[in-house]
Amino acid sequence: MLAVEALVMEIGRGARAERVLRGVSLTLEPGEVVGLVGESGAGKSMIGRVVLGVAPPAARVVSGSVRFFGEDLLAISERRRRALLGAEIALIPQDPMSALNPVLRIERQITDVMRLHLGLGRRAGRARALELLEAVRVANPARVLRQYPHELSGGMRQRVLIAIAFACRPKLIIADEPTTALDVTVQRQVLRLMRDMQRSAGSGVLFISHDLGVVAKLCNRVSVMHAGRVVESGPVADVVERPQHPYTRALLAATPRYDRPAEALVPVPAELSRRLWDEARALDGR
Amino acid sequence: MAELAAASRPRRRTAALLLAPRVMFGSVVLAALAACAVAAPWLAPHDPLAQDLLYYFLPPFWSEGADPLHPLGTDSLGRDILSRLIHGARAATIVAVVAASLACLLGTALGLAAGFLGGRVDMAISRLVDIWMAFPPVLLSVVLVAVIGTGLAAVVVAIVIVDWTRFCRVVRAEVMVQRAQDYVAAARTLGLSRFRILAGEILPNLVPLLIVLLTLEMGIAVVVEAILSFVGLSVSTDAPTWGGMIAEGRTNVNQAWWLMALPTACIVVTVIALNMLGDGLRRALDPVLRR
Amino acid sequence: MSPLRYLLTRLALAPPTLLGVAIIAFVVLRVVPGDPIAMMTPPGAIEADVARLRALYGLDRDILTQFAIWIGAVPQGDFGTSISLRADVLGLVAHALPATIELCLMAILIAILAGGSLAVLGAWRRGAVEAAIDAAIAVVQAIPDFLWALILVLAAVLLAGTVDLPISMRVDPRLELDNATRFLLAEHLLRGRFDVVADLLAHIVLPAAALALPLTAVIARVLKASLVEAMAQDYVLMARVKGHSRAAIILGHALRNALVPTVTLTGVQFTFLVGGTVLVEKIFSYPGIGWLAIDAVINRDLPLIQGLVLTFAALFILVNLLVDLSYALLNPRLRHG
Repeated sequence: MLAVEALVMEIGRGARAERVLRGVSLTLEPGEVVGLVGESGAGKSMIGRVVLGVAPPAARVVSGSVRFFGEDLLAISERRRRALLGAEIALIPQDPMSALNPVLRIERQITDVMRLHLGLGRRAGRARALELLEAVRVANPARVLRQYPHELSGGMRQRVLIAIAFACRPKLIIADEPTTALDVTVQRQVLRLMRDMQRSAGSGVLFISHDLGVVAKLCNRVSVMHAGRVVESGPVADVVERPQHPYTRALLAATPRYDRPAEALVPVPAELSRRLWDEARALDGR
Repeated sequence: MAELAAASRPRRRTAALLLAPRVMFGSVVLAALAACAVAAPWLAPHDPLAQDLLYYFLPPFWSEGADPLHPLGTDSLGRDILSRLIHGARAATIVAVVAASLACLLGTALGLAAGFLGGRVDMAISRLVDIWMAFPPVLLSVVLVAVIGTGLAAVVVAIVIVDWTRFCRVVRAEVMVQRAQDYVAAARTLGLSRFRILAGEILPNLVPLLIVLLTLEMGIAVVVEAILSFVGLSVSTDAPTWGGMIAEGRTNVNQAWWLMALPTACIVVTVIALNMLGDGLRRALDPVLRR
Repeated sequence: MSPLRYLLTRLALAPPTLLGVAIIAFVVLRVVPGDPIAMMTPPGAIEADVARLRALYGLDRDILTQFAIWIGAVPQGDFGTSISLRADVLGLVAHALPATIELCLMAILIAILAGGSLAVLGAWRRGAVEAAIDAAIAVVQAIPDFLWALILVLAAVLLAGTVDLPISMRVDPRLELDNATRFLLAEHLLRGRFDVVADLLAHIVLPAAALALPLTAVIARVLKASLVEAMAQDYVLMARVKGHSRAAIILGHALRNALVPTVTLTGVQFTFLVGGTVLVEKIFSYPGIGWLAIDAVINRDLPLIQGLVLTFAALFILVNLLVDLSYALLNPRLRHG
């Protein structure tokens, strides 16, 4: 369904350009949950943004392709992209506190995407919004619809954002660190919720996270990124149980687990990280 | 070496900004204005008050029937427009420079007192500023001139009384900021007196800001002078001022539009020049904006 | 605090503020030199006549008594008699105020429409269009309303024959009017007398534009800055990935957030605009309270000045109330907080 191939991107122009993606490839099939793991700066969020077509203006695709059901997402018109976004491809953003418009009621923020793509009227939109909020287990959905974002907790807002993402039953959902900004207890509920929603809607999810532990629980396959490269990928069980790449091993050692005390965590060694960065830059051919 | 280069870079950028078009334009216009003000009697081709009732409403040089002796034409009493404009520049410049400087002096003194002494002095001065700002400035200056009497001095006094608050507020706020900074604490630990700190440490840091405010205030003063002349409260009616010429021109605008257009153009160009200069200086001198 | 309670508190504060303004105006006007009676009597007037006139207007009493008489009469709608126009002050103000209100409303309408469109256009089309808009805003803002009024008078004179716009009065005196109120524009609009409306609009557009232009620049600059800032927020990214068009995002998602700071500033600037009517009405001979004010000051017409100062102060308070109200309506966090 989604095929990213040998994607090379840089930010800025000329001599000051900085490579952010160095030949990334990954695929995602309908109904599949694929994890994209790495530290900040690895380029994982950039991939999500490129797929959505909302990369920062300074970013430029050097080579490679992004295909969605065979359609080249890098070459489609603005109009075609707007038709896809929200309907076929949706985003669950990182920070629920800022992703909802503070001056609009929740009802409008859930229904507008359905009115735009499904042509629902006001009444049908509200009914469907109520269903969605029930599906994401929001208590008293009718009341929430009338509320403004500042009246909701962070976990509630993330539920609303999940409801928005699944509103048009999109084929592909980009989840960009959807639980990072939440408390640990809320995190677990939201993850379970996403899993349920994904199963009932049959959507494919690209799950971007820095937390290998979370990815291990949720995903079918995983790609580990560092310095704009995919250093290792494969079925979650394989990658977690038998990591091949030293960076994956280091990342695993740095990931909290229920069977391991916090003191046993080892941060990724600076020496390894530096060596990998040098290796990656050497590939740039400049 | 590297440190030296880094230190000289901001200075070079300041120099470049001082040569920016807006600063150049503003400076040139101001220089021309100042030249007119100083050399008005020699620059003006005629006595600005000399009437010649045989040749009234002569058109300016670009229209038919113009008289080369009066390149910008004559007014309803046959007085030479160019000469009156040049002498008007004199009144405008005097008001702009004197009024703006005095307003700056008064406002800065009170602002420094409020910001540096704090406490009751600050309370009293801040209240005063609040009350002052509640009056519409135009009406206040009109009332003041009506009270003080007409004449350039009265106009200057009115502008100072109305506009000192602009300087006071900004200086007070800036002193508060500066006072909290490390170098003042350092000066204190060195045992410098409060006055020495104020004059030697804080005031120099305010100078760029004051230059910018002064430039902008000069533009305001030119307009206020024109307003007061326009409503007939400035200099006695026959002494040429731009505002007075505009008021006369307004009554005859349907017969001779240029009588009103020429002095209006003078004021507009002056005001825009001063604004550009102030804006350009702010970009060049304000370290916060430059960053 | 609930918005209603807030509003009531603000309303309750209005009378004391007005009283303060009245006291200050009264004191300032009485301690200043300048004799209104001397201004209205011919140079060689007999001493006894001057004294009689002085007594007639109560100017022979001490200042406290004068103030007591005046403030006692005000609540009954008696603001005294204008010395220079020899007419009831309340009547004069009531006659002129609607003209000024219509002028101010027209000006704010122009400023909001023009400034808002410029801001949206600038935020929509970054690049060359934005740079041009920025330059225009800088020039427009540098020129005060007084100069704009002069420039517009000149423009009207120079364009005469192509576009004919009157540069004085409020309505063509040859038109036959049978108005019930002094809100000429609103009344004739409601009654469908569109010939009169067209004439009123032709008269009001230049003075309103002169008042509106500096405010237009302020609105355009602030609103554009807030819009650009809002466009960088996460909720705008969210709107983009929902598939909304750029126009829908600016108008439907970013604009309302950007409006909050703009409304506050517009409110402050609107009081300047009301103050600006003094000169602009004078330049366009537009018969509002600003037009009355200058002559009242020049003639030392104390009762009229007092009445006008109070009217201006009341207008300022009203404007600030409306701004606070719209601020609360725009920002849901304030409404419930």
